[in-house]
Amino acid sequence: MIVRVLSIWLALFGVLATSAQAQQGPLRIEITEGVIEPLPFAVPSFQPESGDAGQMAVDLARVVSEDLVGSGLFREIPASAFISTVSDFNAPVQYADWKAINAQALITGAVSVSGNTMNVKFRLYDVFSGAELGSGLQFAGTVDGWRRMAHKVADAVYSRITGEGGYFDSRVVYVSETGPKDGRQKRLAVMDYDGANVQYLTDSSSIVLAPRFSPSGDRILYTSYESGFPRIYVLDIGSVQRRGLESAEGTMSFAPRFSPSGNTIAYSLTQGGNTDIFVMDIATGQSTRLTNTPSIETAPSYSPDGSQIVFESDRSGSQQLYVMPANGGEATRISFGEGRYGTPVWSPRGDLVAFTKQNKGRFHIGVMRLDGSEERLLTASFLDEGPTWAPNGRVIMFARETQGAGGASSLYSVDISGRNLKPVRTQEGGSDPSWSPLQK
Amino acid sequence: MNRILTSTLFIAVLAVSACTNPNRFGADGMNGAGNMANANGGIIPGSANDPASTTYFQQAIGDRVLFEVDQSTLTTVGQATLNGQATWLNTNTDYQAVIEGHADEQGTREYNLALGARRANAAREYLISRGVAANRLRVVSYGKERPIEICSQEACYAKNRRAVTVLAGGLTS
Repeated sequence: MIVRVLSIWLALFGVLATSAQAQQGPLRIEITEGVIEPLPFAVPSFQPESGDAGQMAVDLARVVSEDLVGSGLFREIPASAFISTVSDFNAPVQYADWKAINAQALITGAVSVSGNTMNVKFRLYDVFSGAELGSGLQFAGTVDGWRRMAHKVADAVYSRITGEGGYFDSRVVYVSETGPKDGRQKRLAVMDYDGANVQYLTDSSSIVLAPRFSPSGDRILYTSYESGFPRIYVLDIGSVQRRGLESAEGTMSFAPRFSPSGNTIAYSLTQGGNTDIFVMDIATGQSTRLTNTPSIETAPSYSPDGSQIVFESDRSGSQQLYVMPANGGEATRISFGEGRYGTPVWSPRGDLVAFTKQNKGRFHIGVMRLDGSEERLLTASFLDEGPTWAPNGRVIMFARETQGAGGASSLYSVDISGRNLKPVRTQEGGSDPSWSPLQK
Repeated sequence: MNRILTSTLFIAVLAVSACTNPNRFGADGMNGAGNMANANGGIIPGSANDPASTTYFQQAIGDRVLFEVDQSTLTTVGQATLNGQATWLNTNTDYQAVIEGHADEQGTREYNLALGARRANAAREYLISRGVAANRLRVVSYGKERPIEICSQEACYAKNRRAVTVLAGGLTS
């Protein structure tokens, strides 16, 4: 028997080759250099194992499919093509029937509902090997949070086939926008990564900018003009209670980001027209200066180990990216291409920095290594800005503003190969997305 | 004649009420506030003909200075405007001002906030050099958040790259 290794070769710099090779099992998407045929899978409606779980069984399978297809790495085989039906979660799989329709992966599931609690089981099969890939898993949760159950199943499937962490069970905080350019209303919102379950966190009475998730996903930092001047607030997502952080009269503070510990923030402070980077202990409000130059230093972002900060500065005469130790000290410039570079964000894997680049009147989202090598532009438009990383460091979300008097901003995502560029569903316009860690 | 007078006064009243709640980001709602002499030939307090009014400051002196792309250096025209603002502020000492710095949309959000702060600060420093007390002048940057012109062309961008001196306080009139 020939063991088929199912590989999808993706143009992702080859940075994943090592981890992907470490993955055992024949059903595999290898996210590495090359191209690109989405892996065909089938996900029949889940089996309802309690009387009132019928609709849930259908909806769960649909969301699992949307997650996988949305990643750009998978292709769903429609139910109309199925030869077999799955009528019992524990019955043996008729591999030949799934092979015949070229479903390389088969996902089966079952759900039972009791009051507001639900239980979801799933299995993943490698059809061409005729074997289960990994063992069956079971998740318990609430009926209200049913989409999370589906995202967890999809994350497990994604993870088993790619050898990468998943990213579907995650949230995004962003600025929800309505109105014309000269009367734009902004308020903070948080949603599931796919646009579902939107919750508004502020009203639009003051300008709000650039919310950022805490490392544990429980709080956000953002900038608000509530006091008449830009100032940083920390907001607890559960209670929606906010608190203004320390700020001195006559200054502006903005562009905050959490350190990996979640106890301190790096941010920009403007005094007398000059903007530098500081760190603040959130509990004490005590700030320490990290840069001290007459140029603009802003948009700090910590390395995942907390030892370094990448930021932007125009000290050379134009906006460029620099890396410095997290306690200040000498900074090393890392961007040297044509044009201007801003809004650097360190990837959660630590290997890359995402940025906004302006060149010849166009804006790009791009990535480069931390030494500035292997710069790659993923997008191009009139105005793309503000990248944020999916928890697995494989996908980037950003905002795209369209040109002209009727211009509006909306959210997009793209994978780090530049493939699978697509809009993110939001009820209103959106900007300044910040992706949460994977939920627990 | 009586009817004409009434309507003239009505326009003046409208203009005055508009001045008490001006669009802080500079949308031009002041057209038609030109001829405001009353029937006695005097000056209506608060009108554009009243040199102590905020309307006069906004329109006759000019409440804003414009900047080149990515620059915060004051132009010659900008300096002339600020000379007028300084003279006015030195005469009308009841007023304080917040200088609002703005950028056009060609730039990232954080950088534009910092750039707007540079612009507002350049105007503030200039006013201080012309004798305005520093404690009367605050600055705030709106970055690219509050454009007054919305086309994506230089004609609009040029008007959005601005520092606007917004008066506060003064005698209520």
